[in-house]
Amino acid sequence: MRLLEKVFLKSLWVFHLATGSCNNCDIEILDCLTPRHDIERFGMLLTGSIKHADVLMVTGAVNRQCIPRIKRVYEQMPKPRLVVAIGECALSRGVFMQSYNCPMPLDHVIPVDVYIPGCPPRPEAIMAGLLKLIERRKENRAETGRENDSR
Amino acid sequence: MTYLLYVFLLGFLLTAVIGFLASWFDRKLTARLQYRIGPPLLQPLYDFLKLLEKETLIPKASSQFTFVSAPLVGLISAITVSAILWASNMDPQKTFIGDLIVVIYLFLVPSISIVLGGFASGNPLASLGASRELKLLLSYELPFILAILVAVIKSDFSLRLGEILLAQAKNGMVAVSWSGGLAMLIAVICMQGKLALVPFDTPEAETEIAHGVMIEYSGALLAAYHLMKNMMLFALPFFIIIVYLGGLKVKGLPLLYGMLEYVGLVAFLTLIRNTNPRFRTEQVLKFFWGPVTMLAAVAVGLALGDY
Repeated sequence: MRLLEKVFLKSLWVFHLATGSCNNCDIEILDCLTPRHDIERFGMLLTGSIKHADVLMVTGAVNRQCIPRIKRVYEQMPKPRLVVAIGECALSRGVFMQSYNCPMPLDHVIPVDVYIPGCPPRPEAIMAGLLKLIERRKENRAETGRENDSR
Repeated sequence: MTYLLYVFLLGFLLTAVIGFLASWFDRKLTARLQYRIGPPLLQPLYDFLKLLEKETLIPKASSQFTFVSAPLVGLISAITVSAILWASNMDPQKTFIGDLIVVIYLFLVPSISIVLGGFASGNPLASLGASRELKLLLSYELPFILAILVAVIKSDFSLRLGEILLAQAKNGMVAVSWSGGLAMLIAVICMQGKLALVPFDTPEAETEIAHGVMIEYSGALLAAYHLMKNMMLFALPFFIIIVYLGGLKVKGLPLLYGMLEYVGLVAFLTLIRNTNPRFRTEQVLKFFWGPVTMLAAVAVGLALGDY
């Protein structure tokens, strides 16, 4: 299983889900694919189907209409799966904290592995977050000596 | 023993390894063309192993038997066709009569397996992609067969791959003549369609129908499709090398030429892929049945007139 975990971290395919964001974080995610940043050199690809994805990137304040849909998308992801919350809205609802339409932050809906703050976060920050996620999974394995919980 | 050698070692293992390398070359060249760095050498292998490890989901709305068996049928036919190609390349004397027709049929099966898998998955976008794949299949098959007919005419109306190879060893490559060069160009364009690469990637079209036929596949079944596509990325250019460029010699300096021919063909596919926008479905049909078929007919006429 050790080899497979290593391979998993070398080919993370990301799926991008916008849950009522202002599109700024989404543009920064697309920036990660441009020649200047190029996440394909870490083996990451942007996929169009959730069933191919390993990482779910969520942007935006989670509004009431989106909550059941986020759950459905998350349940359709094949295991092992990782979730990354991108931007202030996904982390803590940002300026929509008091809004009638945003009852809870993202990590009350689905488990989140990495939080990337910023409004919007720079592409460098998103890449650093993804690489930290990879590092942490490697360290977890080294410390406990067993598999990570593959949710 | 011979079967084991051709089917398992050459047909499966070597083809898969070269297919993975070709897939990496394609992605790396794409990245360099866009001033990116691109993936590491073993990236296609990592992707394949990762997909094998992941959970395989089978949708409730799908027709389960077809959904599971379609990628396996495609993979097996890809292995069989590359085994036949290797066998006729290694030993041109020993091939059977009509193996050219078998090879044309087996090249169809992966596309048909994609169609079956798309329709079986019970997703509207996948059905749309499958019907587009079917239209693509109807478009490119006519000029492809006409282009192969040129090589058949050049080798005295023989339907054996071995005799086409032997005729080329005697009279020089098919591609050097006027009709042969034209036919090879047409076959390369049809190969682009068979591999469903841009500009003919209507069945997958990530930006409009989200991977289309592949949308419901995950885990090991998706890995089977990826392996099949990588193997076809070797088998189809290999077929063109056999039919038009006199085959792959396995000893000494000619091996280098053979490899250069193969790398050149893959690089040409990648260049077309990166410099063209996607056709609409009816544009694909018009393109293949209009100018391409006409050119193919001209090539057949030239071949009959011994040019």
